[in-house]
Amino acid sequence: MSARIVHIASNTFREAVRDRVLYNLIVFTLLMSGAAILVGQISIEIERLVVINLGLTAVSLFGMVIAIFIGIGLVSKEIEKRTLYTVLSRPVRRWEFIVGKFFGLAGTLAVNTFFMAIGVFAALLYVSHHFQKQDGWVLVALYFIILQFLIITALTLFFSSFSSPLLSAVFAFSLFVIGSFAEDLRGFAGITHGLTRWLATGAAYLVPNFSALNVISSVAHAQPVSGHLILYNSAYALVYAAMAICGAVLVFEHRNLK
Amino acid sequence: MLAIEILGLEKTYSVGFWRKRPKLALRPLHLTVAEGEIFGFLGPNGAGKTTTLKLLMGLMFPTSGSARILGREINDPEMKAQIGFLPEQPYFYDYLTAQELLTYYGQLSGVAAKDLSRKVDGVLQRVGLPDAGGVQLRKFSKGMLQRVGIAQAILHDPKVVFFDEPMSGLDPMGRREVRDLMEQLKHEGKTVFFSTHILSDAEALCDHVAIINKGELRGVGAVADLTSSVHGRVELVWQGTGVSTSLRALGAECHVTGDTVRAIVSEANQDAAIEALRRERLRLISVTPMRTSLEDYFMQKLQPSEASSGARA
Amino acid sequence: MRASRQVTLVFSLLLVACVAASVLLLRRLDQIRTGATLEEVLYISSPKALKKMSLGYDGLLADIYWTRAVQYFGGKHHDGAQKFDLLAPLLEITTTLDPQLLVAYEYGANFLAPQPPNGGGVPERAIELEEFGIRNNPNEWRLYYNEGFIRYMEVKDYAGAADAFARGARVPNAHPFLAVLAGRMAEHAGDRQMAGMMWSTTYQTTKDKTVRANAAAHLRALQVDEAVTNLEALTARYQQQTGRYPSSFSELQAAGMLRGTPVDPVGHTYKLMPDGRVEVRVPDDLPFIQKGTPPGYVAPVAPKFLPAD
Repeated sequence: MSARIVHIASNTFREAVRDRVLYNLIVFTLLMSGAAILVGQISIEIERLVVINLGLTAVSLFGMVIAIFIGIGLVSKEIEKRTLYTVLSRPVRRWEFIVGKFFGLAGTLAVNTFFMAIGVFAALLYVSHHFQKQDGWVLVALYFIILQFLIITALTLFFSSFSSPLLSAVFAFSLFVIGSFAEDLRGFAGITHGLTRWLATGAAYLVPNFSALNVISSVAHAQPVSGHLILYNSAYALVYAAMAICGAVLVFEHRNLK
Repeated sequence: MLAIEILGLEKTYSVGFWRKRPKLALRPLHLTVAEGEIFGFLGPNGAGKTTTLKLLMGLMFPTSGSARILGREINDPEMKAQIGFLPEQPYFYDYLTAQELLTYYGQLSGVAAKDLSRKVDGVLQRVGLPDAGGVQLRKFSKGMLQRVGIAQAILHDPKVVFFDEPMSGLDPMGRREVRDLMEQLKHEGKTVFFSTHILSDAEALCDHVAIINKGELRGVGAVADLTSSVHGRVELVWQGTGVSTSLRALGAECHVTGDTVRAIVSEANQDAAIEALRRERLRLISVTPMRTSLEDYFMQKLQPSEASSGARA
Repeated sequence: MRASRQVTLVFSLLLVACVAASVLLLRRLDQIRTGATLEEVLYISSPKALKKMSLGYDGLLADIYWTRAVQYFGGKHHDGAQKFDLLAPLLEITTTLDPQLLVAYEYGANFLAPQPPNGGGVPERAIELEEFGIRNNPNEWRLYYNEGFIRYMEVKDYAGAADAFARGARVPNAHPFLAVLAGRMAEHAGDRQMAGMMWSTTYQTTKDKTVRANAAAHLRALQVDEAVTNLEALTARYQQQTGRYPSSFSELQAAGMLRGTPVDPVGHTYKLMPDGRVEVRVPDDLPFIQKGTPPGYVAPVAPKFLPAD
């Protein structure tokens, strides 16, 4: 069982890489280099700030776009192109297929982020000339960004299991935006009444909590991230991704492939 | 043991957005296929052939009924390791090479790692793509994709193979090769179940055929039996330029070509026709019995029956 | 089919477990991070840059920051906080993103300028906020009013207040009180009547519930101060006449000094103390009063706002 999941995951990874997804790294490198050089000439005090803010925001956004664009096709493209038929006629369980696809895309994003992280630290080194202890927190911010990717990947996989690529992209992107304001939504739900309160509270707890996973500005200001936060964020991201994957499995298990 | 037993498989769709109308794709189907034979599943486009195959592969769920392959239920993973499937107009992962694709499929089918490379090369040879292993699939022609499709279906040495329109996209030489391949599979003791709308292939290859139209099974039987003379006819060829009235009275269909006349009479009138020719001193060239072709049987079975005319589920 | 049912069951249970776990974890995360999102406001050194980055969605972002500002102040006020560090940045960002969000300027005047625990305690920044608002909305009389209000109430800059009210009075459709306030400032600066006029203006013209409740509380306090001053004058007169302080209102009524029993704005009768002072019965119900509290009385840290009437 696990062997099949690994095979599906590595096949998904290979597909993504061959589909030139890693070319985005070129754009990213250009962006980071340009920014580093520009910022070094503009001001003295805030280069570190700008490099970290820009670098981490770019990692986050690029990764989101990749996650959504590849994720929406993970299942629906395979159905549309009928590559799925020859896979499912083999001793592969449908749930193994979903789980394998998840790990494949998550792995692709992790590798992509790894290379981008090198880019960010290179730019940081260029503007600060040496690493400082606070730079360690940048790693935590990157880790949180990877957790965000896990959530978004699981969500697009869920949507892809029953919806068209376009709709899946719209849903996933909307959840990303709303999730970035999840804490505000929960606050808002707390002051409403009646039916609005029920709906708002329900939505506020179901929406992925991206706001807690975004520590970019505090890390840019060299603020530490509490160990508690790291622990609970990790647990939350894993649980949420698992939730979306369960949803995907349940939908896919009962889907007629016309 | 029966290779395939279809026990009343039925599939009804709901069509339409607001008011769901039921659409019957497959009426309850009962069919058996013995091990080691080539079975043809014939029907025009949209008859329900692909639906049946998808139900057997577990890609769709039947509205009612069940089926067994090699004595096991559909979706039984141990059974799936012993079957192969070629879907209609297959398409594969663009960016993999043929070798990588087949390796991937072999892994999923549980082929041992140490045998994988050898088997992949072997099957590529067998389907006539010995040098295409390292080429990316997006560069393959339709015919090549079809061959890769067959390759992935037989790679893991399955006992039963299911082909949906295996000849589509192939030129006459390719079709010949596939026919030979199917014969070989039968000689290896495998069961081949394939769907097609090309009757000549079925006639040449199959031991048994089933004919399906509009979701309903219209006929089943051994090819030999079906094409044996039911309403026997005889073809007479003689030298002459016209057809005499006596011959026409025997209900002959006559064609004149140059100084030769070809006439088809029923077997019952054969002796009377030959006698008529002898009386008119016409030179008889040949007498040939005509067998019913599968096509005739097919067309006959395609006439609407009382059960299905105007029926909706 | 049996295997399929097994898979469905397992994954359904897992799904339910994950939903429950995620809700619990979210609550824990919210606890850990209370205010963390808000504190990031301190890192936005340039609200103008934020406006540019919002790519035209500044209206929505302004609304989000406004909502955060309201919740921030409401929460802190409720807890009786002494520091409201983030209120000024929140309001500044809100108004930079949407300079026409008038209610934000109202909050600036009513809750940013006053000293803690009733406000942020930064009247100078509040004045800057109003001036920013005036530059962007030169025909909104409310903004001039807000500026004058802050200068009068918190900074005690009576000349500046008069000037602001006068400027505001010249705006078309200005509230008639503005001219009156400007005119009277020279003579009556500092007296209770001016304060009463201002709080009435605020009370009548605001659309925000919190601002109105605050104004109502101030108006009640002014009523109490007035009433207590008058009653203490009566008790002093009584003492002069009879040699002792009255012990009940009926004595004052009998002496012809009082008609009816005086009742405070929340409906309790005043208390006559043996030393001639007058006190309110439930001081906690009347925040902001400056007279009529028992000696040694400490107002509760979170002033109680009764519903505005």
